[in-house]
Amino acid sequence: MSYSKELYQQVILDHNKKPRNFREMEDSTHACHGFNPLCGDDYTIYLKVTPENIIEDASFMGSGCAISKSSSSMMTAYLKGKTIDEAKVAFDEFHRMVTGDMDPEKEEHHLGKLKMFVGVREFSSRVKCASLSWHSMVGALDKNESITTE
Amino acid sequence: MTDSVVETPPFDIEKIRADFPVLKQTVHGKPLMYLDNAATTQKPWAVIDRVHKFDSEEYGTVRRGAYFLSEGATRHFDDARKKVAVLLGTPDPNEIVFTSGTTQAINLVAHSFGKAFIGEGDEIIISNIEHHANTVPWQVVCQERGAVLKVIPVNDLGELILEEYEKLLSSRTKMVAVNHVSNALGTVNPIKEIIAMAHKVGARVLIDGAQSTPHMKLDMKVLDCDFYTFSGHKMYGPSGVGGLYGRMELLKDMPPYVTGGDMIQHVTIEKTTYNQPPSRFEAGTPPITQVIGLGAAVDYLQAVGLEKIAEYENNLLEYGTKLLNDIDSITIIGTAEHKASILSFVSDAIHPHDVVTLLDQDGIACRGGHHCAQPTMQRFQVPATTRASVSFYNKYEELDALAESLKKAIKLFS
Repeated sequence: MSYSKELYQQVILDHNKKPRNFREMEDSTHACHGFNPLCGDDYTIYLKVTPENIIEDASFMGSGCAISKSSSSMMTAYLKGKTIDEAKVAFDEFHRMVTGDMDPEKEEHHLGKLKMFVGVREFSSRVKCASLSWHSMVGALDKNESITTE
Repeated sequence: MTDSVVETPPFDIEKIRADFPVLKQTVHGKPLMYLDNAATTQKPWAVIDRVHKFDSEEYGTVRRGAYFLSEGATRHFDDARKKVAVLLGTPDPNEIVFTSGTTQAINLVAHSFGKAFIGEGDEIIISNIEHHANTVPWQVVCQERGAVLKVIPVNDLGELILEEYEKLLSSRTKMVAVNHVSNALGTVNPIKEIIAMAHKVGARVLIDGAQSTPHMKLDMKVLDCDFYTFSGHKMYGPSGVGGLYGRMELLKDMPPYVTGGDMIQHVTIEKTTYNQPPSRFEAGTPPITQVIGLGAAVDYLQAVGLEKIAEYENNLLEYGTKLLNDIDSITIIGTAEHKASILSFVSDAIHPHDVVTLLDQDGIACRGGHHCAQPTMQRFQVPATTRASVSFYNKYEELDALAESLKKAIKLFS
């Protein structure tokens, strides 16, 4: 399989065309705007966190490429029901995976099907596309209003 | 090829391509098709060999050493300045100031001219389709000097609206700074007219020539230009060098921008007197090897012939425009009547970053992004475009391959 086929898998293309949780959230407890000034990818991540630190709902709005949009879509689906600590562990694992520091086939992780983004590691210029919303999610939890990848 | 009316190139295209060793390689198993020439151009053997010979046999400091190597290097350095002067059409090589490139050249004029001639309430005019390098320095000068920035709007084709420009001009206008060719859209601006209109109200004009210098014949005197900037790496020469044409009567009245060695006449602890242009604006050891390489690039361009280059690139542009217009979901952004060989486009189906990743898999190097021209993107309400920028070493067949690869990418995404 060529690198580009590994990157643009059917599931990723599907999430790009029909992104899940693609909406604003009026009653969010946390929100963060993420922007990549190099390429213009631009998303806001919304989270609704319970007093017990469980992410009850997650959504996103904005625009960008297929990798950033599908990554945001699958991340928000993944986050629902996770604790803040679990979300931060997933961020760390996801980030190490797309930068090539963690091989999901050889090392233990909690990413489940999110491991399909491993193909991004072959495209250094696209790593920020895949990780932008993850950075925004952590930014939201840390109560930042906005982050950029530069 | 899909079109039987393709014009034969005015030179032997395979011979031209053989001059550029980088073009011989394959990328992801496909022949490299380099279509990012508006970002940076590849180098011919003439430049590579000249730089190699200079560095391995002739290198020395310039303008200060009274010994064999330095005197030779100084001569070659001065020759390069003369070559650039001829290319730009000025009889006085001292009107050519070497800088690190267009960005530094514009900053030099913005700050130095600004200090000498721009004050509170004065106005600077730019256009809506400028590179950030011809936007941000003027914003900074306006902030520092209490001047006001005005912007020439563009129509939906990406052409400056000259009636609106005329309304912006007044006795308060001190500087008009526009590009000759828009890097994001390819629009060729009517700079002769723009300059004449500015001069009528006593304003000076800087033309950002980064995109035009390697693609058309220029004549500063015919244009009656005040300042014109260029970059070596966009004209088949080295990166890290470029420069400025400046009208001598203006350069003479402008203070130094960067200070230090080489730009002085006499220094005491109390006071320094500055050299005449161009050395007043060339503090420190210049990029010597790069200037020599730039001189070789100018020789190469002159040998191929800028008129032939412009003719062939226009044919490539016309051919590529037709191919892209034939693809349903693609819209070309920038459809000015007078254009250089830049094809900027968007697709409903697929984002520019996904386009360039997929094109790359077919060996095609294109740029996806805002092209350092965010106000242009805002004007056309797109976050980014894909840009294919074509040079005289490109072939019709490469544009065919681009169209086929685009169709494949769109199909994958629909």
